[in-house]
Amino acid sequence: MKLSLFKVAQGCRLGTLNNLGRKGDRTMEFPGCLLYTRTGSAPHLTHDTLRVISRVPVMTQLTLSSLAEHCEVLEEYKEGIGKFIGMPESMFYCSLHDPVNPCPAGYVTNKSVSVWGVGGRLEMTAAKFMSVQQALQPDWFQCLSDGEALCGEVFSTKRARKSVDRSLAFLDECLKLQEQSEVLRNCVMIGVIEGGDTLEERLRSARETAKRPVGGFLLDGFHGDAMTKETRLQLISSVTAELPEDKPRLICGIGQPDEVLECIEAGVDLFESFFPYQVTERGCALSFSFDYQPNPEDTVLQQNGEKEEGEIGDHIDKVTTTKRVPETSFEINLKEKKRRRDSDSS
Amino acid sequence: MAAPRDSQSTRSPEPMAAVAASAAGAGTRAPAALALRVVAECGRSKARACELRLPHGTVATPVFMPVGTQGTMKGVTAAQLDSLGCTICLGNTYHLGMRPGPELIQKAGGLHGFMNWNQNLLTDSGGFQMVSLLALSEVTEEGVRFRSPYDGTEILLSPEKSVEIQNALGSDIMMQLDDVVSSTLTGSRVEEAMHRSIRWLDRCISANRRPDRQNLFAIIQGGLDPVLRSKCLEEMTKRDVPGFAIGGLSGGESKEQFWKMVTLSTDRLPREKPRYLMGVGYATDLVVCVALGCDMFDCVFPTRTARFGSALVPTGNLQLKKKQFAKDFRPIDEACTCPTCQRHTRAFLHALLHSNNTTALHHVTVHNIAYQLQLMDAIRTSIVEHRFPDFVRDFMKTMYGELRRCPAWAMEALESVGIPLN
Repeated sequence: MKLSLFKVAQGCRLGTLNNLGRKGDRTMEFPGCLLYTRTGSAPHLTHDTLRVISRVPVMTQLTLSSLAEHCEVLEEYKEGIGKFIGMPESMFYCSLHDPVNPCPAGYVTNKSVSVWGVGGRLEMTAAKFMSVQQALQPDWFQCLSDGEALCGEVFSTKRARKSVDRSLAFLDECLKLQEQSEVLRNCVMIGVIEGGDTLEERLRSARETAKRPVGGFLLDGFHGDAMTKETRLQLISSVTAELPEDKPRLICGIGQPDEVLECIEAGVDLFESFFPYQVTERGCALSFSFDYQPNPEDTVLQQNGEKEEGEIGDHIDKVTTTKRVPETSFEINLKEKKRRRDSDSS
Repeated sequence: MAAPRDSQSTRSPEPMAAVAASAAGAGTRAPAALALRVVAECGRSKARACELRLPHGTVATPVFMPVGTQGTMKGVTAAQLDSLGCTICLGNTYHLGMRPGPELIQKAGGLHGFMNWNQNLLTDSGGFQMVSLLALSEVTEEGVRFRSPYDGTEILLSPEKSVEIQNALGSDIMMQLDDVVSSTLTGSRVEEAMHRSIRWLDRCISANRRPDRQNLFAIIQGGLDPVLRSKCLEEMTKRDVPGFAIGGLSGGESKEQFWKMVTLSTDRLPREKPRYLMGVGYATDLVVCVALGCDMFDCVFPTRTARFGSALVPTGNLQLKKKQFAKDFRPIDEACTCPTCQRHTRAFLHALLHSNNTTALHHVTVHNIAYQLQLMDAIRTSIVEHRFPDFVRDFMKTMYGELRRCPAWAMEALESVGIPLN
């Protein structure tokens, strides 16, 4: 893999990753995103319906949580996950968790990290983790890591420190195992930056991880509501400043357009594309102009909206959450009565 | 009915002038929107292969018509249906008539525009759905009165109203509103329903504002009583409709009674008009009923069973969720040309079916529709090549392992039309 950086402007990086893939002949542009899948398939879309979309990302995101339980099948199949899921032409990045379904906290030990599949909890030691990757044969994979830095709802420096220590230990162990496997030596390991909301820990994680022979970096733990926007962006900028220029920076759990733009300004290259799936699931369609102007009023409306819903919404539909639909300013709610007679296609 | 002058199939939305001129005779009635040409006949059984020319293109029969609810094939787009070789499918009047409603559909360019489907559409009257879906429906001479589940309002579905909705939908084939009774019912209600269906047929014919572009089919009723059914056939064939459906079957009746009513009906229906057997879709039933002289079929079975992970194959079906398929790296059917079988293994579909990604169901739906269409294609080719009886025997052997394991009713039915299985 070779990273070519064309330009850096106001913190944003523009470039391409070359010599990717089995044959070393594929290219990926950044900033860019990966195709989100669930159990190896784009949600609701077959190859034919997916193909209708122009510019599907060249790299597909698989989640270990959805595929680990099929390890035995894949070992017998022998031909790798790409062929198994019917996407032999794609490149693959395997993340540890699914960004849409947060897993319960408290299942990380010094020896293992748990992932949650359909059949329940699967404990991944470094050895088990690497054997699953061996069966998957992805192009890139997120190294086994401890992504928990919270104690309940709040960040804990002590817990953050432990997550950095553990992740580095897992990294070293996995690198050793990678060396011993011919198959895995062809895969690129992505090192994971942890550290919660503590600058010191974040910097330590970044510097230490950068010392290892990883092919890229994943900035973990910046999603969710536990961190303020300011803290998040400051930390991301600080982290990316410590990372080598010539390796890609991925971030997980960030999908909303405005947040994506902010992270690009903070030095991130690649993103997940689960946001369209989330919007779909609440019956909304993405509809926004690319003329980005942050609207402080919208944010306030969203926060207040949750209170109103509680009064009116309760007796209407007990199954859905009390969140407002549409949830963001980037979408329209197709179930709204006003859409019934809407014959415009945009 | 006169044959069209050119035998090439055309895809023109205009009424076929050549057909219209010859069919309309002295210009006393509206030009025809349908023409049937018998391409080949079995010679032993009553099976025939035809070309059915409709406003949105030619349909080769025997044909299986996939069923869509609410304007889309669940999980399958119009484009996918087109690439599977489907030339006619079903639109659902009841659901569409209520939601979004005929005015809106008309605004969207009719059902074709709404679905973005350029080929032929057949709509039902709405009656069957209502009787089967709604507990609170009441049938009078006026029509069927019921309560809409969407907004609670009371609606009367009369023959006129049904045709009005179907006219707005713009389907190529419309079904008359018939008085539907369960096939297991006996007694005077069946007779009443049969006579009423004839009266409602006449009202539907009068109400059709677009006979030059939309074909109204009659539906033969009469339950399982040969006398009633014959009477219905006698009366309805006096009416000048472009096609006939055989209705009131494929309910809870026994297969022995079922096939006898089918063959009685085809014996008394005109050769030059299409015969549409409603609600039949199991492979064995399709093969037998083609032998008995039916041309068109519809059934929810293939698409419905797909949504449970059940894939149709020549030997029956595969319950892909079962453990035995976890490491089965073959496609659903080695000989199938559908996109699912070209790209995916049973093992992958098994894994996907156990996830919460609905794509698995779409894959199986696509395959099942393809299976049905490929089956009809194979049937038709065998008729054209004068080897239909052999085809039937091979089919039964594959499905049941050996000929003598074929269900008794099917054996009798086939025997009755000159295809013995032993």
